[in-house]
Amino acid sequence: MSVVPDNAVARGIRAANDDGRAALVIYLPAGYPDLVTSRQCLEAAADGGADVLEVGFPYSDPLMDGPTIQAANQVALDHGYTPADDFAMCVELTGSVPIPALVMTYYNVAWHYGGVDRLDAFASAAADAGLCGAILPDLPAEEGGPWRSVAAKSGLSTVFFTSPSSSDDRLAAAAEASTGFVYATSTMGVTGKRQSLSEMAAPLVSRLRAVTERPVCVGIGVTTAAHAREVAGFADGVIVGSAAVHAVTEGGPKAVRALVADLAEGCRRGYGRP
Amino acid sequence: MTATDPSINAPGHYGRFGGRFVPEALMGALAELDSAFEEARSSPDFVERMAYLRRDYGGRPTKLYFAERLTDRGEGARIYLKREDLAHTGSHKLCNVLGQGLLTERMGKRRLIAETGAGQHGVATATIAALLGMECRIYMGEEDTRRQHLNVVRMELMGAEVVPVTAGTRTLKDAINEAMRDWVTNVDSTHYLIGSVVGPHPFPLMVREFVKVIGQEVRDEVRQREGRLPDAVVACVGGGSNAMGIFHPFIEDDDVRLVGVEAGGEGVDGTRHAATLSGGTEGILHGARSFVLQDEYGQVRPTHSVSAGLDYPGVGPEHAWLRDSGRGEYVAATDTEALEGFRLLCELEGIIPALEPAHAVVPALRLASELGPGGIVVLNLSGRGDKDVDEVERILAQLAGHR
Repeated sequence: MSVVPDNAVARGIRAANDDGRAALVIYLPAGYPDLVTSRQCLEAAADGGADVLEVGFPYSDPLMDGPTIQAANQVALDHGYTPADDFAMCVELTGSVPIPALVMTYYNVAWHYGGVDRLDAFASAAADAGLCGAILPDLPAEEGGPWRSVAAKSGLSTVFFTSPSSSDDRLAAAAEASTGFVYATSTMGVTGKRQSLSEMAAPLVSRLRAVTERPVCVGIGVTTAAHAREVAGFADGVIVGSAAVHAVTEGGPKAVRALVADLAEGCRRGYGRP
Repeated sequence: MTATDPSINAPGHYGRFGGRFVPEALMGALAELDSAFEEARSSPDFVERMAYLRRDYGGRPTKLYFAERLTDRGEGARIYLKREDLAHTGSHKLCNVLGQGLLTERMGKRRLIAETGAGQHGVATATIAALLGMECRIYMGEEDTRRQHLNVVRMELMGAEVVPVTAGTRTLKDAINEAMRDWVTNVDSTHYLIGSVVGPHPFPLMVREFVKVIGQEVRDEVRQREGRLPDAVVACVGGGSNAMGIFHPFIEDDDVRLVGVEAGGEGVDGTRHAATLSGGTEGILHGARSFVLQDEYGQVRPTHSVSAGLDYPGVGPEHAWLRDSGRGEYVAATDTEALEGFRLLCELEGIIPALEPAHAVVPALRLASELGPGGIVVLNLSGRGDKDVDEVERILAQLAGHR
């Protein structure tokens, strides 16, 4: 590849691509079913073949999330864990896994860390915890200026969302704002397991290719190895959340490792074969 | 001080409040809505049709009634009631849903979704869906479907599907989350008819423009009858639509005090209340920066109010700006004061008010006494109380049992 990315998240994705596979990005919430087990599950995901981890910090009103992730978040909140507890868990996590990890949470949580309107404190804490970036699903590019500037100061990668409903101008703006990767939502809707992959994903990715050379990862509704294989045919990375949370519920770290190995196989077999 | 409308210079922003903090999937729909609204508001056929339906269907203008016995009780300023309770569907809510319903038609969408707390906005939305022949789904916290059962029946009679929301605290905020999730999924066919001056731009601005007819009517009527503007207008504030409706036309009249009354629940010192401006902090909720009842980590707190319609942890961003700039005054009335206001209007005026505006009665009496004879206070009686009769009976029985 021509340009070497200057951040660990993009490098991690490109390294997988150079290895002949789509990168596998696994989301799991911190604190579900408890802090220690959530770290073990994230480690199991890394062990099973994930290339990037997304650590969810729970929020009381997660309007981009479907029932599976809502319920897991609620369990974590009911434990009374704070973002500081979650960061402490991330310190251990990032010390033990060789792959980049990002925090994923809603804007109000980031905005309140260390006081009101203290995005800088959140960014520093994330960097200190060894995290490489942050994903804020309710922050669109035009409201993202303050976050982009503190993220840059702390050396964190940014990830902004694109949707099948985004105009070409909006795709370009989101891609420009995303230093880690561009998040392409496969369908119109919230997180959750789906029977089949949306037909809207591939056209969105090809529209993005026309405006950016940054890595594009597809998420929302990617559930099975077959879905991963399909997405790997046209995207640089495959994001799986709800199915991974479901594995935590069903069988803890062991089930997560097995699911991730299965998904990783799909990412390899489908890569570059639309 | 002279306050001017800050949104004229920065659309969607009220000082540092407002904005659009929503998933990317909704940004296209918000832009579409924004341009449809801007086009419609200056289009004569839209304006005329809305005026016609407001009048012949909605019963506007609503009356301004001089509450003589309540005034006597206050022993001070003359108290007028803006009788939104007499409008079709029994509250001010029809102004907003009529505007948004006609806009939905104009955008070529055929499905309406809405959240509701007390059920008044749900009923208004179901009404407009029936009138315009649209599909309608209402999200309502499970707790509220119990507290406001009569309104559930009314919505269903008009063909709406009422979905009880069991997530989170099972009240208004969770109904909004669920409606947002529906909208993200079905945005091509569906308009999310938000019921208050909350949410991402253009909702706070658009809803205000649809409800400000309340304040315009008050302005004309008070001038005609008293030869001058009132000294104060008073309204309850949950999300804040009825208050913004009556406040907005007076914002540049510095001599008119704008007094918002929030739900003080069991007292603003504790956590069992819904007084966002009195007891909250700045934050981002449901797409806008405003004040929010939340913990130090930004997790939104459960709220409490005797009134389901005020039981909301956020507040419209323009109210946040009015408070911040000092132009608006915001106080809280407790559950007990609301019940006292409810009783006073029943017994002195023969008007059964909704529990929401019942919050504004005791503060209005205080203002009247502060202003003294010769003063003029207008209280926005934003809805009628039929829906609350069972709940009030239950609470009064409980209180009697404790004695």
